[in-house]
Amino acid sequence: MRPLEKWVFDWGSAVVDGVTTIGDMAVFAWRMCVWMFTRKPKRGTLLINFYQVGVLSLPVVALTGTFIGMVLAVQSYYQFHAIGLESRLGVVINTSLVRELGPVLAATMLAGRVGGAMAAVLGTMRVTEQIDALTAMGADPIHYLVVPRFLACILLIPALTIMADFMGIVGGYFYSVIILGIDHAAYLNHSREGVVGFDLFNGIFKSIFFGGIIAVVSCYRGFHCAPGAEGVGKAATAAFVYSFVLILAIDLFLNIVLDAVYFWMYPSGTSLI
Amino acid sequence: MSFRKANEGGADATPAVQTDALIDVVDVSVVFEGQTILQDVSLQIARGQTVAVIGESGCGKTVFMKTIVGLIPPTDGHVLFDGSDIGRLSQAELTRTRRRFGFVFQNAALFDSMSVFENVAFPLRQDVDPVGEDEVRGRVMQHLAEVGLPDTVATKRPAELSGGMRKRVGLARALILKPELVVYDEPTTGLDPIMSDVINELILHTRRRYPVTSIVVTHDMNTARKVADRVLMFYPRWRLSDGESQILFDGPPSDLEHADDRRVRQFVRGEAGERLDELTRQVDSLTNSK
Repeated sequence: MRPLEKWVFDWGSAVVDGVTTIGDMAVFAWRMCVWMFTRKPKRGTLLINFYQVGVLSLPVVALTGTFIGMVLAVQSYYQFHAIGLESRLGVVINTSLVRELGPVLAATMLAGRVGGAMAAVLGTMRVTEQIDALTAMGADPIHYLVVPRFLACILLIPALTIMADFMGIVGGYFYSVIILGIDHAAYLNHSREGVVGFDLFNGIFKSIFFGGIIAVVSCYRGFHCAPGAEGVGKAATAAFVYSFVLILAIDLFLNIVLDAVYFWMYPSGTSLI
Repeated sequence: MSFRKANEGGADATPAVQTDALIDVVDVSVVFEGQTILQDVSLQIARGQTVAVIGESGCGKTVFMKTIVGLIPPTDGHVLFDGSDIGRLSQAELTRTRRRFGFVFQNAALFDSMSVFENVAFPLRQDVDPVGEDEVRGRVMQHLAEVGLPDTVATKRPAELSGGMRKRVGLARALILKPELVVYDEPTTGLDPIMSDVINELILHTRRRYPVTSIVVTHDMNTARKVADRVLMFYPRWRLSDGESQILFDGPPSDLEHADDRRVRQFVRGEAGERLDELTRQVDSLTNSK
């Protein structure tokens, strides 16, 4: 094969593979939605997934949220101090956290901690024929394995986001007021002015999409895992990488849409609350 | 009664037709990513029969077995179970039909996150035919006892069991719904000769105790000879000449040694034959090319 033919062949194959994967994933997500609305998952399978996705993720989300709040304070302080506006640090920290960093951070932690594990567990089940066994016993693997994970992700990620927001705000306050010595009252007053109800809604609304993406991508990768230990490892890695890239892409899209909605609903920039 | 004629009516034909055979495989072909694994395979399996499917690795035994139970859809042809075309059943009908099958996977395929009890109880706890918890407990303990496992095993996780115990748990799980068809995928692979014989005895015991039809996919000639009424030997599609059937042998195990086809006799005796010459040529060619 000549170099040009090989180049065309390689790129053509990559495009066809990409389109096939997107189509497959859409069918996978559709089947999951059909099952979600036609048969209720069992309480036992839901609770286990809620515990693993929600309860076990809380400490790590809280910890990283706290550090991100403090890092924002460290990074912003000198610029604000140079123009004498350090008491307004809270506005920047809190707005950044509530609108953007809280949801993205919670989603990233969820993708890393839970998404990778989901892909690895389902991939192992695929490789060891446990998914075939489910089918052979008359249970639909998507209903039994994917729906509870999806519900756990979309229902609990808002709580994780609120935790990341809260701990980030606490971390930012702690570093700004206790370590950097910014006036407590001024910091709080300015912080209160900066964040509006729509910011909080914005972050939580986006997080639901992030949770859905993590569940669908991770479960899909697990279900379509290549044989062997290497296949499982690749599935776990791919689950995180694809989830993260999609989270950022959807974040951009939703920010544009939500900003447009906000300015359409409140032309003068009025708060929801 | 001929089911094939009844099934030749295309998409409008009724999927359920009466037949004396429990399983009827009609011109089934399976192609994966351009590679033909099964081509025009046709056979019938009568009720109550135990069929051993033998053949070298990669000949399509497991694909054949998974096609029969509807885990792999055939690219072409039909699989009829009790007169119903598996490929034409709705999802709900297929789910119900699958509950008439018991499947013992090669490595047992037990759910790691569940205890042995929960694994065996799993088919009973599905929504299709709900069973009370008292009955679940009774049936699980009865089936564990039938495969020779003590009550204490019930609380253990699959990872805590030996290979033989896992296979027996897999068998208990496969039998708990009192299936009409039990499919065993390499039931004795990876087990010592004594445990292999225990599994063979369990297959025979199952057949004596329940009116089941069994398909045993195996490499183990002892298993084939001991448990089967009938042996099918598959051969890899890519090694056959045009027009040759993929099933090289179909008969009772006692005829295996005297089969007309040299390839069957070689397989039964474990002789490499021309495959060794082929391998030698490949090694020589690789060595010379360096």
